[in-house]
Amino acid sequence: MAVIVVFAPLIAAAIAGFFGRLIGDRGAQLVTCGAMILSAVLAVILFVDVAILGNDRPTLSLFTWIDAGDLVVDWALRLDTLSVVMMATVSVCSAAIHVYSVGYMSHDPSIPRFQSYLSFFTFFMLMLVTSDNFVQLFFGWEGVGLCSYLLIGFWYDRPSANAASIKAFIVNRVGDFGFALGIFAVYMMFGSLQFDAVFNEAPNAAKETLEFLGIEWDALTIACILLFIGAMGKSAQLPLHTWLPDAMEGPTPVSALIHAATMVTAGVFMVCRLSPIFEYAPDALAVVVLVGATTALFAATVGVTQTDIKRVIAYSTCSQLGYMFFAAGVSAYGAAMFHLMTHAFFKALLFLGSGSVIHAMSGEQDMRKMGGLWRLIPITYGLMWIGSLALAGIPIFAGYYSKDMILESAWAAHSGVGQYAFWLGIFAAFLTAFYSWRLLFLTFHGEPRADHETMHHVHESPKVMLIPLYVLAFGAVFAGMAGYHYFVGEGRAEFWRQSLLVLPENDAIEHAHHGLPFFVPLLPFVVAIAGIAVAYLCYMARPGLPAEIAGRFRGLYQFLLNKWYFDELYDRIFVRSAFRLGYGFWKGGDGAIIDGLGPDGLAAATVGAARRASRLQTGYIYHYAFAIVVGVVVFVTWYLLRSAG
Amino acid sequence: MPILSLVTFLPLLGAVIIMITGGDEATKAKNARSIALWTSLIVFFLSLQLWFGFDAESPEFQFVERVEWIPSFNIAYHMGIDGISLFFVLLSTFLTPICVLASWESVQYRVKEYMIAFLVLETMMVGTFCALDFVLFYMFFEGVLIPMFLIIGVWGGPRRVYSAFKFFLYTLLGSVLMLLAILAIFWQTGSTDIPTALQFAFEPGLQRWLWLAFFASFAVKMPMWPVHTWLPDAHVEAPTAGSVILAGVLLKMGGYGFVRFSLPMFPLASEYFADFVFTLSVIAVIYTSLVALAQTDMKKLIAYSSVAHMGFVTLGIFVANQEGLQGAMFQMLSHGVVSGALFLIVGVVYDRLHTRDIDRYGGLADNMPKYAVVFMVMMLAAVGLPGTSGFIGEFLVLVGAFQVSTWFTALAATGLILGAAYMLYLYRRVVFGTITRDDVRVMPDLSWREIVVFAPIVFLVLWMGIYPSSFLKPMQPALANLVERVEAAQRAALADAPSTLASR
Repeated sequence: MAVIVVFAPLIAAAIAGFFGRLIGDRGAQLVTCGAMILSAVLAVILFVDVAILGNDRPTLSLFTWIDAGDLVVDWALRLDTLSVVMMATVSVCSAAIHVYSVGYMSHDPSIPRFQSYLSFFTFFMLMLVTSDNFVQLFFGWEGVGLCSYLLIGFWYDRPSANAASIKAFIVNRVGDFGFALGIFAVYMMFGSLQFDAVFNEAPNAAKETLEFLGIEWDALTIACILLFIGAMGKSAQLPLHTWLPDAMEGPTPVSALIHAATMVTAGVFMVCRLSPIFEYAPDALAVVVLVGATTALFAATVGVTQTDIKRVIAYSTCSQLGYMFFAAGVSAYGAAMFHLMTHAFFKALLFLGSGSVIHAMSGEQDMRKMGGLWRLIPITYGLMWIGSLALAGIPIFAGYYSKDMILESAWAAHSGVGQYAFWLGIFAAFLTAFYSWRLLFLTFHGEPRADHETMHHVHESPKVMLIPLYVLAFGAVFAGMAGYHYFVGEGRAEFWRQSLLVLPENDAIEHAHHGLPFFVPLLPFVVAIAGIAVAYLCYMARPGLPAEIAGRFRGLYQFLLNKWYFDELYDRIFVRSAFRLGYGFWKGGDGAIIDGLGPDGLAAATVGAARRASRLQTGYIYHYAFAIVVGVVVFVTWYLLRSAG
Repeated sequence: MPILSLVTFLPLLGAVIIMITGGDEATKAKNARSIALWTSLIVFFLSLQLWFGFDAESPEFQFVERVEWIPSFNIAYHMGIDGISLFFVLLSTFLTPICVLASWESVQYRVKEYMIAFLVLETMMVGTFCALDFVLFYMFFEGVLIPMFLIIGVWGGPRRVYSAFKFFLYTLLGSVLMLLAILAIFWQTGSTDIPTALQFAFEPGLQRWLWLAFFASFAVKMPMWPVHTWLPDAHVEAPTAGSVILAGVLLKMGGYGFVRFSLPMFPLASEYFADFVFTLSVIAVIYTSLVALAQTDMKKLIAYSSVAHMGFVTLGIFVANQEGLQGAMFQMLSHGVVSGALFLIVGVVYDRLHTRDIDRYGGLADNMPKYAVVFMVMMLAAVGLPGTSGFIGEFLVLVGAFQVSTWFTALAATGLILGAAYMLYLYRRVVFGTITRDDVRVMPDLSWREIVVFAPIVFLVLWMGIYPSSFLKPMQPALANLVERVEAAQRAALADAPSTLASR
């Protein structure tokens, strides 16, 4: 069954990709959506069987992949609770988005290619979450990166899309560079890359040290930090976040599937999967908390100023991922996974809803040119409300359960970094509510700011796009309520079983269930309401206010609008200097120095020497005779000295 | 049946047959092409017998043939292969028919001589990897230069003479030093037999000199930084098929030499010079990757990327542990196939537009979708995406290297980032974007002949990436044996060291 879940998308991708012309657009859509729905249904059955009913399933080994020296790695499907949670989330979201794409991409000339890429991506994602060793994890990891690259650059005739896709791939590679080094460090310590072997040995390795770049480190700490660099790349955490907003160049279903619901959460999944190592590396966990919390706030501040509807949601994703990371960092892995799951639903809903808006507005993405849409597309409007309520963490919606749990765990961790994360998280929660309602008000309320032509064409999306939205909206409302007991509540021990490891002294979720000060559970709700109120004030009651504030705090506004100038900084430090160095090495190093002194110089010198030698050939006998005499004298002297010595 | 000799010399027979065919110019060309293709295909299928008949459990030389040649000097015609040479033989016989097929239409000038040169080249390449006698080895090893020199010098581009001479002189200069070392080995062991020399324990002092002499030859062949500048020139001027063989097989002779000779014969010197090699390797990876980024000529870009990839190989060889060596060997095989394919990919568009200037292209995904797919697969293999052949080699090399030095590993691993940068940038400029020129718009997609050329390569790249055991297994015993011997020699030297100190 698990094999079908994982490989059905691959087969569908191959059929749609290679025989797209043969089976036509409709055929490709049927094949990929059919395979994906099958996969989703089976994944949910697996989820119920393994996670809820508690049936253990052995790891399925397919065949040996690499066998060199002590390094033995299999292609395998690991089916514990953590895997099946991810499998269910990924395949359900993916199925919904496959169906949605049928409507959204209906005017595109290369539908089979698009559907094929989506299915291909899902295959890699499923390989990633079911891996039983570091190398297969890396395989899925780079594979989803590849599909992300292909899908961001799907409209390959746009220069901006091409630039964004390359940026995504390369920034991810920077992360993978760390990830790979982390894998090597793990192999060096444990002599194996199988999860079980490594996890069993981890407690014994707690005191070992490892020399890395000339510095003696605590071995587990440095390995975990290196691995976490990979997670920072994939999950768009500071300072490797720059690719995610640009990735919005891809079609909207891609943003929903890859850059919100699934791929970008792979980093969080990785930290949870490796909890048996991270638990013994407290310093590495502190780094995770710091990075996560800082990103949560940073991305929220930038989200407040963006005007592109998709970019706002992209920064929101970045920020929410930060929440998940600091949850994992305070050992509340269950809470991190819980938020990952609920976030997948409501963020995919928000993206697809905004896709629905863009579709209605004939491709317009700038919120400054929207407004007054709610009467024209009421269903989309309602769905966007559900998504925003869930995102802001308003009670009974999914985000309320998961996000509050994260903030409470951060408080209950009773550590300096925990406090840091809590307060930054609270502030970010305020900003989250603010930018969410800013988006709603700017898009749907007020006077229409689009031209008459566009407004005339505004229409509600077809059923094939709305039905997936209903599925996701259902999740955005109920996933929190339904999952609370299992993910972070009383049932969590039987739910997660061996798939997560939390040392008793680190158990922040346990602490969060007992004796929190009254304001800790209350505060997230209060700031969310405050955020909504401020948004109402700024964009409904007094529409002139935002411009006035932006004018007064001009420097700050520019700083936020330009995303803290990360792109400009990186461009100057890395991109341009790489090209300049490359050119310099080529012309200066290869051309002038190596060739100049080497072959070309030698050739010139040979010609010169030959010319000088020819001058020696004067033709006078006594010149030659003199040379011979000198030569003989030198030789005899050398010979005598040598035999004497 | 002397299968090794058959595989080695059958191409030569094909060359002779081509030579004696007559007729007018067109018939001669036609006959030469089909004879070359059939000969190389038969040789390939014969060489597969080596793989099927190979005992993957044994580290010993197999299919051994030995005939006395010049008994007074202990020189023999001695051939045999082990897990180290097996796949290099197969790589040579795999790429030759592909080269013949790739030159089917693009070469119209002196077709007969061209095909003869390729078949002679095949004999020399296979012979190099099979020879178990130094004299024989040296003849094949140097013999390779002659047909290659002619292929570049006669069928090459506008600066072909400069490039051909640069290539020839560079590689010859290195080889002369190796010849001296071979003479020294002969005086030491009293024979030119390679297995004998592999078992011989050379004095530590002598080891260094001999190591350096061999190094001079192999480092140029590899090529390692800073003796790599002949490679971009040679590639740019060589015809497509010449580049394929050059990148696919000739560069591997350097790596093969390190694994076959330098490491087992001079284990102490190898250890002594290891940091030196690592430094050069890491410079090669970073320096040439950056240079590749700045290129505007497709072939030059891929040529520079070859140098970077070979940096991983030399790193893997001299860390001298099982993971590193297997990774280096695998990386060489993978690079042989992938870079060969990349040069073919350049050849496809060069045949249509007669320029290698990257800026002349763009938007090929529109009118050449099949080409875009093949190019994509090869690009991904070149950047080492897991699931393609390129990943396994790089990964194993770095795993092995990490155990020896984290510094060199971390620096070499930046190649993962830089490699992705220059390949993706190349792909974007050639395949993505919009078509702006009319002559690009009318370029036809891959023909059937070209699909036949690429299909086996794509298949092989994925096979090597998904089930590399078929290739890793047969090389394991020979390499394990090698690692063991190197470590034993180093341990023995360590044990000796205090006693020599004491005797002073």
